[in-house]
Amino acid sequence: MEQVANLLLSGLSSGSVYALVALGFNVIFKSTGAINFAQGEWVMMGGMVAATSYAAHWPLGLAILCAVLAVVMVALLSERLILRRIKKPTALAVTLMMIAIAICSKSLVMLLLGKNPANLPGFSGSEPVLWFNLRIHPQTFWIVGITCLVMLATHWFFERTVLGRAMRAVAAQPEAAALCGIEPRMAMALSFGLAAGVGALAGTIITPLTLTSFDHGTVLGFKGFSAAMLGGLGSLPGALIGGVALGTLEALAGGLISSHFKDAVAFVALLLTLFLRPTGILGRGAVEKV
Amino acid sequence: MLELASLQAGYGASNVLHGLSLSVNQGAFCTLIGANGAGKSTTMKAIAGLLRPVQGSIEFEGQRIDHLPAAQIVTRGIALVPEGRRVFGPMTVRENLQMGAFTKLYPRSTAGNRQVETRLEFVLETFPRLRERLPQQAATLSGGEQQMLAIGRALMSAPRLLLLDEPSMGLAPLIVLQVFAVLRQLQRSGLTVLVSEQNASVALAHADHGYVIESGRIVLADSAARLHDNDKVREAYLGI
Ligand SMILES: Nc1ncnc2c1ncn2[C@@H]1O[C@H](COP(=O)(O)OP(=O)(O)OP(=O)(O)O)[C@@H](O)[C@H]1O
Ligand SMILES: [Mg+2]
Repeated sequence: MEQVANLLLSGLSSGSVYALVALGFNVIFKSTGAINFAQGEWVMMGGMVAATSYAAHWPLGLAILCAVLAVVMVALLSERLILRRIKKPTALAVTLMMIAIAICSKSLVMLLLGKNPANLPGFSGSEPVLWFNLRIHPQTFWIVGITCLVMLATHWFFERTVLGRAMRAVAAQPEAAALCGIEPRMAMALSFGLAAGVGALAGTIITPLTLTSFDHGTVLGFKGFSAAMLGGLGSLPGALIGGVALGTLEALAGGLISSHFKDAVAFVALLLTLFLRPTGILGRGAVEKV
Repeated sequence: MLELASLQAGYGASNVLHGLSLSVNQGAFCTLIGANGAGKSTTMKAIAGLLRPVQGSIEFEGQRIDHLPAAQIVTRGIALVPEGRRVFGPMTVRENLQMGAFTKLYPRSTAGNRQVETRLEFVLETFPRLRERLPQQAATLSGGEQQMLAIGRALMSAPRLLLLDEPSMGLAPLIVLQVFAVLRQLQRSGLTVLVSEQNASVALAHADHGYVIESGRIVLADSAARLHDNDKVREAYLGI
């Protein structure tokens, strides 16, 4: 009983991170129809930049802020210097470019920040909090809390602000949106900035629990993508549901069956989604558009 | 007000417009009639900036606009109601209308916000049906309501020239008449209107001036009344 509760808690925290990564996939998928293969690298980059800044004796908050800004800059520059050069930014062209950008991002981190694993301290220490019979790492609260905040803020942005609504308009009818004066490129840049910022934040909040290094991005990206597919590609609440579901399943499989199973869960979840329900739990047929 | 001169435009390698020229006077109600594939939508897209002309020029109020992208043409005072309406289905009617005024709402300004408020009131007075539907999802509207929404959205940018690409498509005859009556009313209050239509009888009955387009060229240009009596037009487009 206690073991299951512990597993559920650890599933909730890794699931929250997957949800944030999935959110990045969904935002970019919605506005461009492309799969952003650099998403995982951006998450890793966020963790690495924060850890390096912290190791250079920066205050923790500043290190995190710096990491988020740096990754947003990298994403905006990639969009500006590479994606904008594509004459016809079709979903496929953007997807292929993102693979190239992913490889470059990873190499960039390796060359500039090195190959050693890096770490951040827990945001409020690492003394476990006792709750009933459970020993909970305090970082869990930060992870779940920040994820909830980011989800709410994103929802508010898309539903309530003019820019957020404009991005939904571009996703629904790109030509009609251009006729309304919404620059399609602006929407694209905005979605890249948003996805990168959320990704980098995800990277910084998980690092105290898992460490990070230049080669962590690919796996995180893959799990975030599985979570996005599971919840429904392009759906914002789907990212949350898919992420938490994947994190929980993974933790249970790893703890109750065998830890070898842990990483296979995302793969199995992705395959099952593709076979049984390609639109995901909350998706509405968006996948056929690709 | 609008001047198209020897316009050539198309998709990739194939040209659709082969030296098309036409002009629309300030305050006029003009129609562009033609059969399927004649190039009506291509002409509209070229004016609105969705398609860059290969050759020729488009002038609006004395300035060339043929190099501008669509998002900038709106700010010059031209709005296009695209073929097939293209409303933002997952968004509410209110959000759709708000998006029509995007260039006034972003970057943010109090003056812009106030303009949009008055404009919204004007659009809702023009289409009272939309007022009842403000919180409803656009995708759930009927075809006629979606056309009203598409026109309302275009009006939200406060254009001086309103372009409509086949507004009658897929609508019941009675609704078509309503739409044209509204266009007439808008034109009387000072808006310049250019409508492309396959439905020549309705278009010629409402417009002042007409152009007939055939395989990317204007073959006839005259007052709507005279076009209506023209033998060739009667035979080819009115089926009389
Ligand atoms: N996106 C496109 N790519 C390639 N060719 C196109 C495209 N859109 C239209 N065409 C071609 O351009 C020609 C003119 O098309 P256009 O849409 O301008 O005709 P139209 O007069 O609007 O016809 P309709 O009444 O059917 O709407 C057609 O032969 C069509 O096949
Ligand atoms: Mg057409």
